[in-house]
This record gives sequence, C-alpha cells and structure tokens, in this order.
Amino acid sequence: MTKYILRRIFYLFLTLFIIATITFFLMKMLPGTPFSNQNRMSAEQLKIVKAQYGLDQSVFVQYVRYLGGLLQGNLGTSFQFNNEPVTLLIGQRLAPSMQIGAQAMIVGTIFGILLGAVAAIRKNTWVDTLATFVSILGLSIPSFVLAVLLQFYLAYKWKIYPVALWDNFQSSVLPTIALAALPLGTVARFMRTEMVDVLSSDYIELAKSKGNSNWKVVTKHALRNSLIPVVTIIGPMAVSVMTGSMVVENIFSIPGIGEQFVKSITTNDYPTIMGLTIFYSFLLIIVYLIVDILYGLIDPRIRLGNGGKE
Amino acid sequence: MEKILEVKDLHVDFDTYNGTVHAIRGVDFHLNAGETLAIVGESGSGKSVTVRAVLQLLASNAKISKGEVLYHGDDLLQKSDQDMDKIRGNKISMIFQDPMTSLDPTMTIGKQVAEPLLIHNNVSQKDALQRAEEVLRLVGIPNPKARMNDYPHQFSGGQRQRIVIAIAIVDYPEILIADEPTTALDVTVQAQIIDLLKELQQKIGTSIIFITHDLGVVAGIADRVAVMYAGRFVEYGTVNEVFYNPQHPYTWGLLDSMPTLDTSESARLNSIPGTPPNLLNPPKGDAFAPRNKYALEIDEEEQPPFFKVSKTHYAATWLLHPDAPKVTPPAGILKRFEKFQKLGGNAK
Amino acid sequence: MEQIPQIPKEKFKLVHDDNNKEQEKIGTPSLTYMQDVRRRLFKNKVAVVCLTLLSIIVLISVFAPIIAPHNPNAQQVTMSNLPPKLGQLNIPGFNGYQNMGGHMVDAYKQAGAPKDAFYLLGTDYLGRDLLSRIIYGTRLSLVVAVLATLVDLLIGVPYGIVSGWKGGKTDTFMQRIVEIVSSIPNLIVVILMMIVLKPGLTSIVIAIAITGWVTMARLVRAQTFQLKEQEYILAARTLGESSTKIATKHLIPNLSSTIIIQTMFTIPNAIFFEAFLSFIGIGIPAPNASLGTLLSDGQKAFRFLPYQMWAPAIILSIIMIATNLLGDGLRDAFDPQSSDH
Repeated sequence: MTKYILRRIFYLFLTLFIIATITFFLMKMLPGTPFSNQNRMSAEQLKIVKAQYGLDQSVFVQYVRYLGGLLQGNLGTSFQFNNEPVTLLIGQRLAPSMQIGAQAMIVGTIFGILLGAVAAIRKNTWVDTLATFVSILGLSIPSFVLAVLLQFYLAYKWKIYPVALWDNFQSSVLPTIALAALPLGTVARFMRTEMVDVLSSDYIELAKSKGNSNWKVVTKHALRNSLIPVVTIIGPMAVSVMTGSMVVENIFSIPGIGEQFVKSITTNDYPTIMGLTIFYSFLLIIVYLIVDILYGLIDPRIRLGNGGKE
Repeated sequence: MEKILEVKDLHVDFDTYNGTVHAIRGVDFHLNAGETLAIVGESGSGKSVTVRAVLQLLASNAKISKGEVLYHGDDLLQKSDQDMDKIRGNKISMIFQDPMTSLDPTMTIGKQVAEPLLIHNNVSQKDALQRAEEVLRLVGIPNPKARMNDYPHQFSGGQRQRIVIAIAIVDYPEILIADEPTTALDVTVQAQIIDLLKELQQKIGTSIIFITHDLGVVAGIADRVAVMYAGRFVEYGTVNEVFYNPQHPYTWGLLDSMPTLDTSESARLNSIPGTPPNLLNPPKGDAFAPRNKYALEIDEEEQPPFFKVSKTHYAATWLLHPDAPKVTPPAGILKRFEKFQKLGGNAK
Repeated sequence: MEQIPQIPKEKFKLVHDDNNKEQEKIGTPSLTYMQDVRRRLFKNKVAVVCLTLLSIIVLISVFAPIIAPHNPNAQQVTMSNLPPKLGQLNIPGFNGYQNMGGHMVDAYKQAGAPKDAFYLLGTDYLGRDLLSRIIYGTRLSLVVAVLATLVDLLIGVPYGIVSGWKGGKTDTFMQRIVEIVSSIPNLIVVILMMIVLKPGLTSIVIAIAITGWVTMARLVRAQTFQLKEQEYILAARTLGESSTKIATKHLIPNLSSTIIIQTMFTIPNAIFFEAFLSFIGIGIPAPNASLGTLLSDGQKAFRFLPYQMWAPAIILSIIMIATNLLGDGLRDAFDPQSSDH
C-alpha cells in the first residue's frame, strides 16, 4: 500500500510537470501578446513592459524560470487585474468556489446515494422509474441551463433567492443546486447499479437466511458493499463540478475561481490562465489521489492485500 | 418418527421476460426429525427453488402459487416476513453452494458468524463472539481466536465453506438446508465437508435437507433420497431403495450414467439423451416421456401418479401400473436389483 | 396414491423405438445473439421512444436546408426579438403577443411585419429566425458529436485492442500514457486547445478528441484482456489464425457491445462540451449557430425574452436525455444480466 501511494505521488508530480510544460508552450505559441489589444504603446514602452514580465528573454529561459517559480509556489503574475500575483488572485477567490463546490458535492453525493439505494431496493416499481428519471435529468441537463432556469424562476420571478449576489448562505443555495444536479444523477445511477448487483449476490441471500430483516440486510450488508465502489466516482465528479462552476459562477456573479478563469480566457490573460490551469490540475490530481487511498482503506480486500480477484 | 417439516403440493412460478415459467409443479415431501433427506436432480430441475420456497428466499419475480409448507404443523407460507425472519437462521438455516461468494467481503468472519445469535437471542456482542469462536473451532477452523478478525478473502474455499456452515449451525437450528454445499469444492475437500456435516448432525441433532446433483455424494450422507425432474419428484425412498431398486426410468438413467467400481476402463458412460423440457409450457403428460425410451402412450397424455413400491418407496411412472407391459431395465440396473436382493429386499 | 386409475389398456404401449430423433430436440427455438439484442431493445419502450426521437432530430438536421423556413444567418433588424407565432392561429404563447409594461401587445404589428409573416419560435436580437437557427445549430452540434465519436473509434478502439492483446511491456507502456492523459482534467486540455487553435468546428473536435479516446481505450483494453483468455480465441490462436483475422473475426464482434454502449455516452459528452465551450464564448464563432451559442445568446435575454432560451435548452436536454436513455437501453439489451430477469 505504501509503495502504491509513493508511486501515485510520483505520477502526481510527473503529471503536473507535463501539464505545466504543455501549458507553457501552448501559451507561447499564441499569436499576439496581451498588450496588443491594450491601448497603443510606443516601441520603447513595450520594451520596458516586456522586460518587466521577462518576455525579452529566450523561450527556454522563460520556461526554466517558470518551472523554478512553480516549485516555490509562484504561479506567475497577472497581466490584468493590477499585476496581482496569480496565487493572490486564487487566494482571494478560493473561498466562494470551495464553498459552493463542497456544498454541491456533499448534497449531490448524499442525495444521489439515497436515490440510487431506494431505486435499487424498489427495483422495477414506480419508485425506481421516478428515481431513474430524476437521475437522468440530473445527468442530462447541463448545469448552465439549470442555473439559468433556477435564476429566472426562483430568483427573478418568484424572488425566493437573490438573483446574483454573493454575501450569505442564502445566495449559495441556487448555485449549489445547479452544480449538485450532475453529481446527484451520476451517483444515483452508479449506486443503483452497484446496489442491484449487491442485492442479488449470494452473501445478501445468506444474510437474509440468517434472519436479518430486510432493513437490516440493507443497512448492515448491502449499503456498505455498494458504497465502496461509489467512492471511485468522486474524482470524476469533482471534475464535473469544477467544469460546472465556471459557468455557474458566471451566471450568478460569484467572485470565485471559475468566474476568474472564464474572465481570463476572454481577456487573454495568459499568466492567469496558466496559473489557474495548473492550480485546477493540482486540485483534481490531489482529489484523485485521496480517493484512491480512501478506496484502498475502506475495502479490506485491497487494504489487506491480495484477494482482489475472486 | 416425527415429521418436522411437510411440504404439500408446492407450486412455484417465475415471471420472466418470455412468460411464466412453472418451475415447481406439485411437490410433496416430508422431513423426519434427525434424518437426512437428499434431493437429487440435474440443474434446473427445481431442487434449489423447492428449498428456497420453504424459507421464502425466492427471487422477487417468483411466486408460490399453491401449496403448504408445514413446520411442526404450522404453515410457513401464511406467515409474515417478520415472522419468517424469526425462523430463518434460528429454526431453519441454510448452507449455500458457492463459498467464494456467500460471505460478506467487507465484514470480519467473527461478526458474520455471531450475527444470527445477535439477531435471535438476547445476548451481548461479547458473548456472541465468544460463541462464534467456539463454533469456528467446531467446524475445524484452526486458531479461530486469531482469525475472528480476518476477512473472507483471507481464507481458502474449503475454509470458507466451513465458515458458511458455522454461520448456519451457530444457533443450533432444527433443520439445516444444504444447497449443493460441496459442488464448488475440490473432491478431497468435498469429503471433508460431508464428514463435517455428518459429525455436526450427531453433535447437535439437526435434520438435514441435502441438495445435490451428485449421486455419489448422496450415498455417503443421506437416509432417504428424492429424485427430482422438471419441477416434480419422480421417485423417493430410502437410500437403498432408490439406489438398488429404482423404478422410474429417469432414476435408471441417472444411476446408469454414474461410473461404478465395475465400470471397465474401456466402457463408455451412459447418458440420458435430449434436454429437459421447457417449463414455460410444461408437457401435459410425464415430463420425462420425450427422453424416455420406455415411454408409454399414456405418458404423453397423463401425468403418472405415485405408485407405492414399499411403505417408504414411491415412484411416479406408468410402468408400475398393473396393465403396463413388462420392460427390461438397462443391464446396470438389473445388477443393482441383484444387489438389492442380497441386501434382503424384494426387487421387482 | 393407493388407488390405481382406470386407463384403457391400449394406452400402455411403448411409443419410442431405440433411436428416436425426437429425444434430441431442444425446447426453445434459438436466436442469434444480435437477433436477441434487437428483440430486447425493441421490447424496451423507453429505448424505442428515444430512438425515434433521435432519428427525427437526425433527419431534420440532415435535411436542414430543405426544412428550415429561413436562412439561419439572415439578419432583419426590423424584425428583432419577435415572440413565437404560429400562423394566424391564436394559441396563447404562439400568437405573437408579448408582455410590454404590464399588458399584452402584438409585437408583430408593432414591428410592422407583413400580415402573413410569422416565426414559429420567434426571432433573436438581430431578427434571425430562431427555428432555422435551432435546426442548423442542432445540425452543427450533431456534426461535432459524430466527428468526436469517429475519432474516439479510430484512436480508442485500436489503441485498446493493441494494448490488451500485446500485453506485457507494450501494455504497461501504453497504459502509462493512458494514466497520464487521463489524470489531466480534460476540460483544461479542451480549453487550452480552444485558446491556442482558432475557435471553430475543427478545433472543438480536436480538443474533444485529444482526451476523449482514453475512456474508450481503457474499456476496450479491459475487454480484450478478458477475451484473449477465452477458449475459442485460444483455439483460433492454436490453429494458427493470424492476429488481424482474429481481431476482425473474433475480437471486434465481441467488443461491439462495449463499443456501441460507450459511443452512446461519448455523443452526449461531445454535445455537452460543444455547448459549454460556445456558452463561455470560445466555441463556434458568430454568426454560425450551435446549441451552445444559441443558449449563450438566449441566456443574455432570458429575463425579458425567455422563449429565446427555452427552445435551445429543451432541444439540448432532449438530445442529452434520449442518448443517455438509449445508451441504458442498449446496455440492457446487450447484457441481459445487467437488467432484470
């Protein structure tokens, strides 16, 4: 297990290195500079500005410098936004993104598990059909469509929640719902499949033959066994929540990282795009790593080595 | 002898994609206190369904359409699921076929063995685990104290089956249903498990219903044997009666396809031609008739009733009707008849 | 049990001679695997409805130039932001009336539209016919989906087969690449590609393809690994069949279910990515319409002209729901164990 974790951490750094490299060179390939769409500068001014950002050096020197900076946790300096360091930008905007992201993950996972479990237990009844329908809706309707609909009806028309405001918990409700739909659908579907499988397994029949009530069979044996594989989809779910957050933050005007990312894209703020790309990748790879370790810890077949194959 | 379990005219149907499958079509049998009854038949004949119907552990698309399951005279089919929970694992328990998949992979075996005790008796967790440890020792798990906290994947197949047996007997059930408990195991381990079951029966005095498709196993453990075909019993009697004085052509076929010590190396084993009928539309007459070279015309029209051979031996074949022609069974069966006479029986 | 029924004596006659052919008859007629799959799929009502819906959408997209009532990019500024209207029929919501300052006004009359002019789904802020734009937009989204799927098949399937079939060092190496590519969040790659390449159809397809094949390759590899050990494949190898022949005769047919099912999940994914990219403004460039750009435009005016958002949102959702459900139906049809009985 330790060896496995070490290998994973090695891959984490390798992946980050590759991402940093790709990002750097892609950005260098871009036509024009961020200054080209700013107000006309004289050649002299341009030279000064370029030197200030280190753009007068060769690409290779810039690359080495960039990597060196990364190792010290320096993600570069934004061209826009008053030359703020990207790390500072992230720092200021991390909290709202994390809040709605975490809320969406928690809400989506918990309700997804419940929905999937209920569907599996009541397989082939109207409850199952309804649950499947809800999870397909959650899976299929893009978060930005849902966000706009929620904003229009619950905020604008019926005035239950603020339209586009970021101050208290109230204002995080709608973005959370919009973001939670996809994880909810994914988890519910996955959970249903797993649980149907588990419920038809021999050990569940044995558990029932011991005299367990149906409720106890589910809570003591079926749930735990179906939940273990559900852990594996937390990683991909984090990705989808992140994707969703970019547009959802935009729609609800939440001062988060996703909104910043989209803004940087539209303003060609390359250092910020690079910095955020690496930050996002780092975040996701860490999530994947944690999920992997967690999976190993909760499944005795992996924790205690061997026997994974049966 | 006291009949502790009596199944009467049991019918089980399955709703499937293709229509209703009539898996069990009128099964009657009883189990005496302390005896071992073996139910023999090929795959799909309905052995497992029959015993699962007794415990009402059938799949959700199954329906017991008719019949009674009397446990000490009480019809289990009339009981609520909650009342059945009090019987399962306590009065009647079950051993499953595949030890590799029958244990919960995420629970320690100590807890799994102790579980029935905690469900049915008012005992503390500590006492239940204590008792689980004793039972694990009883079924032959070496060093049970240390292994209580291990998970199923840390045991071999034979050991896992011992654990499954430990779970079944931990609460001293009156009836133990063993559904092909040795099929998934190596031959050497099979014998050990059979010996273990016999030993446990002596120690705790339980009655056993033993399901198998392997006639060789039956001789070693059973007191009585019932032969099942296409959802019905075709013959039942004591081990000697069924083995050495078989009356139904299907039993003949089964016994004839089994190698014996007399089978010479060069001889080919006999087989029964054809396949069992499709139980979506069960045949009107004797289900075995299409594969039966001794079939009579009446077999295709009417289901044969059970004809009495002896006080304990019955067979459902028209060949036992007084008007039926005399047929000569296969040579292997004739040899068995001779042996039966030597045993003091009166072969037909 | 004791009483013996009265049966006419002539019924007790042996019926079979020794070599009866009847004995070998098998009860149920056998169906080929594909027949069985088709039968199961068509018995699934939800899947049939989805298949029909998708077929209609695909047909409309294919024949867009014939079906669309207007040129999707033709601007007519005088006719901007007209609400939906269906001929002279006075159906609420489709009568050309619009809420202006608290009371309903005939927007067509105000804009000075000819008496017989109507737009079924209204017009956008440049007076372009929304219905035509949606038809062409759907067409573009489907083209993205089809191209992305093709790349998926052309890269992912051979990659998976080679990796799974060769095994050993080749497999380890190929899997390392997969591991690295799949640990890079695909959205990031897609966005980076979109920034570097010029926005447009090709860029979107390339961007989606760069990361999209990984899942397919993984599934195909796992399946190939299993198939390789199957007896009939071993038999074919022992008999000296060439690798290509084994791949085409034995592997591909047995992989087809995995591939088809995965494809049904690639399609909505590609459509989603296109919509997402266009929505944040780096997808299909103006003036061309895709479902994503239509949603993006619609969202801007949603508060006052909700119909501009509703129509593309509904179409996009229908495509996503239908492909997902059809994918489910196909999985159940291919693998009956995964479903119920």
